[in-house]
Amino acid sequence: MSEPVKVPTMAEMLASGEVPEVLFWVGCAGSFDDRAKKITKAIVKILHKAEVKFAVLGTEEGCTGDPAKRAGNEFLFQMQAMMNIQVLNGYEVKSIVTGCPHCFNTIKNEYPDLGGNYEVLHHTQFIRKLIKDGRLKMKGGGKFKGKRITFHDPCYLGRGNGEYEAPRDLLEKLDAELTEMRRCKSKGLCCGAGGAQMFKEAEPGNKEVNIERTEEALGLKPQVIATGCPFCNTMMTDGVKNAEKEAETAVMDVAELIANAEDL
Amino acid sequence: MGISNIVFLIVFVAAVAAFTYQVRKIRRNILLGRDTDRSDRPAERFKTMARVALGQSKMVVRPFAGLMHIFIYVGFVIINIEVLEIIIDGIFGTHRVFAPLGPAYDFLIASFEILAVLVLVACVVFLIRRYAGDIRRFRMKELTGWPKTDAYIILWVEIILMGAFLTMNAADGALQVRNDPHYVQAGSFPVSGLFVPLLANLDSSVLIATERTAWWAHIVGILLFLNYLPISKHFHIILAFPNTYFSNLNDQGKFTNMNRVTDEVKLMMDPDADPYAAPPPAEDNPGVPEKFGAKDVPDLTWKNLMDAYSCTECGRCTAECPANITGKKLSPRKIMMDTRDRMEEIGKNIDKHGKDYDDGKSLLGDYITPEELWACTTCNACVQACPVNISPLEIIVDLRRYLVMEESKSPSELTGMFNNIENNGAPWAFAQADRLKWAEEA
Ligand code: SF4
Ligand code: SF4
Repeated sequence: MSEPVKVPTMAEMLASGEVPEVLFWVGCAGSFDDRAKKITKAIVKILHKAEVKFAVLGTEEGCTGDPAKRAGNEFLFQMQAMMNIQVLNGYEVKSIVTGCPHCFNTIKNEYPDLGGNYEVLHHTQFIRKLIKDGRLKMKGGGKFKGKRITFHDPCYLGRGNGEYEAPRDLLEKLDAELTEMRRCKSKGLCCGAGGAQMFKEAEPGNKEVNIERTEEALGLKPQVIATGCPFCNTMMTDGVKNAEKEAETAVMDVAELIANAEDL
Repeated sequence: MGISNIVFLIVFVAAVAAFTYQVRKIRRNILLGRDTDRSDRPAERFKTMARVALGQSKMVVRPFAGLMHIFIYVGFVIINIEVLEIIIDGIFGTHRVFAPLGPAYDFLIASFEILAVLVLVACVVFLIRRYAGDIRRFRMKELTGWPKTDAYIILWVEIILMGAFLTMNAADGALQVRNDPHYVQAGSFPVSGLFVPLLANLDSSVLIATERTAWWAHIVGILLFLNYLPISKHFHIILAFPNTYFSNLNDQGKFTNMNRVTDEVKLMMDPDADPYAAPPPAEDNPGVPEKFGAKDVPDLTWKNLMDAYSCTECGRCTAECPANITGKKLSPRKIMMDTRDRMEEIGKNIDKHGKDYDDGKSLLGDYITPEELWACTTCNACVQACPVNISPLEIIVDLRRYLVMEESKSPSELTGMFNNIENNGAPWAFAQADRLKWAEEA
């Protein structure tokens, strides 16, 4: 299943005179974090399967600046943003799909003021579009048929940008049994990673946020906790491990579920 | 005009003048804040105000409390029509001046009475909830002392006002039955009418005294209450409207980009720029370079400050806050209450010592600690939950900006993260050159 996949870069495309349909913005977690790399590959497989002509920036991609901005370092954020915008505008990028809601939010909402105007989609939105346009065919009733799945809303996809349905629409395609946590959609509880918390110890309290959230999810006894964010994935995975439920419950990105269901 | 009309006029004018005076102070305090433009998209703003303030759309997320609140809210707004009549009667010595409206008047009075009962019910429910209920957001530290007393005062006063209104109508109804010439046949009293038989044995003079006392208690109570609003969380009944009108209409995930940082970053990235050029002065205060981020109330925007005066202290934000739920010190409600308290303090300083007085205190440090600020996950749950579209998150981020950019005070792991981004373009210590390695891995 996992031979290396072909991932063209913008530089290569330009050299061969080609113009991709969409730029796949991988993000730092998707590039470096071992768990998140699997999500990245799942997205790439889906893009290949749907015959989407895409490219990545590769070594020309840099952190969007999201964690710096949320932590209050506006200088660093804008430095990153302007460097990225220079590269993106240099390649005349029009359309971007991201593998992370934080990259999605930052490029979509915060880059325009700084001169970066693109059509930006989160990968769940893009995949949904592929299915809707008939470019990605789901056989339905794949591996996850009848499995109990609950979706954890990433803050920057859901509350941050009002997208609650795209990931759920995709999960429905799996013929799985979808079950919602009490705190879902606009009332979804954060996984605890946002606002640069991912990179530091939490302040003193009586519980970790990810434990609180994972307990809520595990209360539904799901076979899969689905997410749409590499950071949520880490937090929920840690939570499941903490509860020693790895055997019963997997934490997977929606893109992985789609790719796995189709045996990509 | 009798003596009582003159007394009424004096009381009324004094109350309105005192209220105006207080509101001007609040306006001045709000305008201490930095400018921010919220004048775009007026149609969308009106819609937001109609939906959130008038339509209470975010209150009913909690259906029971939402319904009770709508009783009080609708009751209060509608009974104000009655107050208008009372004011006219008070000034001109008339009695039930709107009575010639006939059936419409009967309908109005009847609906006021029913609403008054609903308000009473809701206030009693809310009191029980606060005294005996086990609702965490009403039991927290920031809701002890004055904020707690404030909440009780409001509910009790509303009970007294509604009680006075019904008492007044009951006595009036009893006098109408006796064909007292001053008490014209007017109104329909579905609630107070039930008490009229109980008053049958009372002397007319007692009834008149009761009716007058209740009348005065009702109107003086309302005028006092009007002047209580500006020092209370209850001021939200006024500010909820402008505050939702000036809501942030962007996606909640979008944070502001600081223009002055943009200017400086552009300079840094421009090879032709003069690196020794002086930083441009702040727009509204030439000569003093603007701070990066906020340390004190005047560094926040006027909208942040209006938010603080609009806060109902309901704690819905804190009840949804992941940091607070897991026992961290951060409470978004406290952020808003601190901002208001500090703003009031600065306002008092200005009154006493003039505009440029510096008391050596600041919002950051004396009111809000870095520990609270660093616990925030920027998840927007507080913003989403707030029934009057307040953003505690904007204040939190602005205070963080000050800590990081002016004082270089961030938790050491975050400083490490900043360095990584700066040096390798990723928050972890991986080499930029390895960014595409995942594609080669099986
Ligand atoms: S944005 Fe911050 S303060 Fe608001 S609910 Fe989330 S963690 Fe709490
Ligand atoms: S900020 Fe909003 S939700 Fe929080 S206490 Fe104030 S009014 Fe309630």
